[in-house]
Amino acid sequence: MTGVDPVLLAAAGGGAGPVGPVRAALVIALTVVGLFFLTIGTVGLLRLPNVYNRLHATSKATTLGASGNALAAWVYFGPGGNGLKALVTIAFLFLTAPTGGHMISRAAQRMGVEFEAGVTWPGTTGSRPDDPADDD
Amino acid sequence: MSSAGPVVDALPTVLSGALALSALLTLAVGYRVIRGPTTPDRVVALDVIGTNVVAIALVFAVLRATDSGGNGGIFVDVSLVLAIIGFISTVTVARYVTEGDIIE
Repeated sequence: MTGVDPVLLAAAGGGAGPVGPVRAALVIALTVVGLFFLTIGTVGLLRLPNVYNRLHATSKATTLGASGNALAAWVYFGPGGNGLKALVTIAFLFLTAPTGGHMISRAAQRMGVEFEAGVTWPGTTGSRPDDPADDD
Repeated sequence: MSSAGPVVDALPTVLSGALALSALLTLAVGYRVIRGPTTPDRVVALDVIGTNVVAIALVFAVLRATDSGGNGGIFVDVSLVLAIIGFISTVTVARYVTEGDIIE
C-alpha cells in the first residue's frame, strides 16, 4: 500500500483506491443518517393533516436525507470526479427544494386549499391574505 | 486486499439494506399520490418520490462501486439529472395550476 504512486492513482479515475475501515465506517454512518431523515420525511408526509404541514415535513427532511446519501457517495468516491458530482447534487438540492416547496404552497393557497382551523395569515385576523384590503 | 476487515466487509450488506428500506419508503409515498385529497398533495408526494429516487441512485452508485469491476460512478450522474428533472416538473405543475399556462 505504501508504494502506490498518487499520480497513477489520480490518473486511474478520481483517486478512489481500496476502501479502508475508517472510510467504510464513514460511508455506513452517513448512509444511516440519510436513511433516518428520509424515513422522517416519509412519515411526516403520510401522517400530517394538511398540504402545508406535509410540505413542512418533506421539503426539509428529504433534502437532508438525500444530502446524507450524497455525502456518503462523496466520502466513497473521493474529492474529484464522481465525488464532486455528488457535492454538486447536494448544492442543487439545497437550492431547488425550498424553491419548489414555496411554489407548491403558493399554488395551493391560490387554489383555495384551506389552512388548519384557527390558523391566521400573518398580519391579519383572518385566514386569507386579502382580508385587510377589504376594509379599505 | 483480501484482509479487508469487518467494517469493509459489512459495507455491501448495509448498503443493500438501505436500498431495500428506501425502496419501501418510496412505495409508501405512493399512498399519498393515490389518496391525496387535493392536487398539491399529489404534487408534493411526487416531489418526495423524486428526491427518494435521487437518494436511491446515490446508494446504488456506492453499492455498485464496492463490487470490484462494477461501474457505479455513472449512477451519480443519474441522481444529478433526476434532481434537475424533478425540480423542473415541480415548477411546471405549480405554474400550470396557478397561471393555467406553462409558457405564455
